[in-house]
Amino acid sequence: MSAAPGEAYVISSPAPLIEALAAAGWRVIGPRESDGTISYEELWDPDDLPRGRSDDQEAGHYRLTDGRPDSWFDYVVGPQSWKKWLFPARRKLWSAEKTADGFQIDDRAEEYPKTAFFGVRPCEIAAIERQDAVFDNGDFTDTDYTRRRAATLIVAVQCARSAATCFCASMNTGPHADEGFDLALTELDPEGNHRFLLQIGSADGAALADTLPLRDATEDDKAAARLAASSAAAQQTRRLPADIAPRLKGKENHPGWQDVAEKCLHCANCTLACPTCFCSDVEDTNDLTGDNTERWRVWDSCFSVDFSYIHGGAVRQDPAARYRQWLTHKLSTWHDQFGSSGCVGCGRCIAWCPVGIDITEEAISIARDDG
Amino acid sequence: MTRPKLAVWKFASCDGCQLTLLDCEDELLALAEVVEISQFLEATSEIKDGPYDISLVEGSITTEHDHDRIRNVREQSHTLIAIGACATAGGIQALRNFADVDAFTNTVYANPDYIETLDKSTAIADHVKVDMELRGCPVSKSQLIELITATLAARKPHIPTVSQCVECKRAGTACVMVSKGIPCMGPVTQAGCGNLCPKIGRGCYGCFGPVEHANTDALTAEFAKLGLSDRQTSDKYRYFNAGADAFATAGESP
Repeated sequence: MSAAPGEAYVISSPAPLIEALAAAGWRVIGPRESDGTISYEELWDPDDLPRGRSDDQEAGHYRLTDGRPDSWFDYVVGPQSWKKWLFPARRKLWSAEKTADGFQIDDRAEEYPKTAFFGVRPCEIAAIERQDAVFDNGDFTDTDYTRRRAATLIVAVQCARSAATCFCASMNTGPHADEGFDLALTELDPEGNHRFLLQIGSADGAALADTLPLRDATEDDKAAARLAASSAAAQQTRRLPADIAPRLKGKENHPGWQDVAEKCLHCANCTLACPTCFCSDVEDTNDLTGDNTERWRVWDSCFSVDFSYIHGGAVRQDPAARYRQWLTHKLSTWHDQFGSSGCVGCGRCIAWCPVGIDITEEAISIARDDG
Repeated sequence: MTRPKLAVWKFASCDGCQLTLLDCEDELLALAEVVEISQFLEATSEIKDGPYDISLVEGSITTEHDHDRIRNVREQSHTLIAIGACATAGGIQALRNFADVDAFTNTVYANPDYIETLDKSTAIADHVKVDMELRGCPVSKSQLIELITATLAARKPHIPTVSQCVECKRAGTACVMVSKGIPCMGPVTQAGCGNLCPKIGRGCYGCFGPVEHANTDALTAEFAKLGLSDRQTSDKYRYFNAGADAFATAGESP
């Protein structure tokens, strides 16, 4: 059988796919259970996947729970996103060493072997595409990001369940992805005729699929996958209106910003958990001898006071101004800057806010009335 | 080239921050090559006279004698850097600021008449001009080296003013409050320790003191939702940085 992009097949387990990726020389990064959450780390074996695990998520709340025992993908998104691999939290940009007649710069890039992201959810595909537009947009290219991105294969997992914090359906980013992957899996009927629909998204994906024991997908298999997606969408209770971007314009002085600032810890958790937030700071350091120096890029956040520090002080001193900057950029001015929303509806900022502030509630409240 | 003279001073403290300097094993020899360690009783009884280019001051001011001595240190020091929770916020001994010191001394000492102490334990900056402050109980080794290095290089040191949460997220540590329901001081605490406690599943103790614009009211409300009594919440703020303004206010019974 020779698979081709656009086609769908059935496999009985995702394990041979992970083995096939490793055999083809891909470093495989995927979901692993770690310290009570799911994080994206290197997988050495299919058994590393958190089988039989699910999650309970609400505003300011996340717990792993027992899912259906044989399921592979009952959990949804955890605290981390794939951005930590494409846009690392700390990255050395270059170092320099003093020499007899000047200095020598070392800007060799950190090694990034060809890497398969295994278990990318539809909202996360959208998030990676939003960051693509930030880091490689014609005006500006972050060559380290594009190098990593070009060496990355995406194996998606279509969602068959939503957490209470998910609102991808209203953002048109899930729970099912039609494109943006090399391969995509949909888990079907874990308690009965357990199988996986395998969609082929690229030539690389097709080549991998060819090494697997494939069965042709029947209409029943495809219908079951559609049902899984529609039932996941139907579970979603949170949403953002399609016209939220224009409706947030002109709301700079709405009293709701002060109300949310009273609850907000300005701790920056939402921005760092967000899979599209891309802000960073650059730090120069030197050692005691003064002979060696390094330049590092680190994740930063618009919730930090120093983030907007310019000559004379920080521009956004008021916590309300910082929350307003984040929310209006994410949901409104991102459209002006990059042609899409900066939000993909993954719900991380809701779940991982220690005080449970809900972006959908705040945005709808501020957009609704004239303030 | 003459090396800048470094002096290390102790006031009311446990010596832990000075030990942090001694603990900089890899860097200590390099440090001794670029500065002349002129006064550091924790390490050597040899004392060289001032003035000093850099003074590191550990400890808080708790007696009249301390008060006089810190002014003398200031006069002899070009750059004065307060290190640690005691020197920057009064330390754990600032718990006395919220209690009756006479009652304590009468309880603890057989002859309380011998004790001459101030009513409050206060930060160095409450008494003399401080050029820089390094938070923490104890201070972080890497921040201490960074501060000395930056001072010698005449550049601004990288001492993050972000919340502890930023440090956790950069390190990939899952929020203990969200994932375990553990009350954590991280959202109102300045980063710097290397997220020591959250990374082993404990809530932050606030060792690095309040972050800028700390919203303690919001955190106090969340602690109540997590089941803490008013007293338990107050105790969270009444720790190593009890005397820091934001924590001192938040520690008053809600």
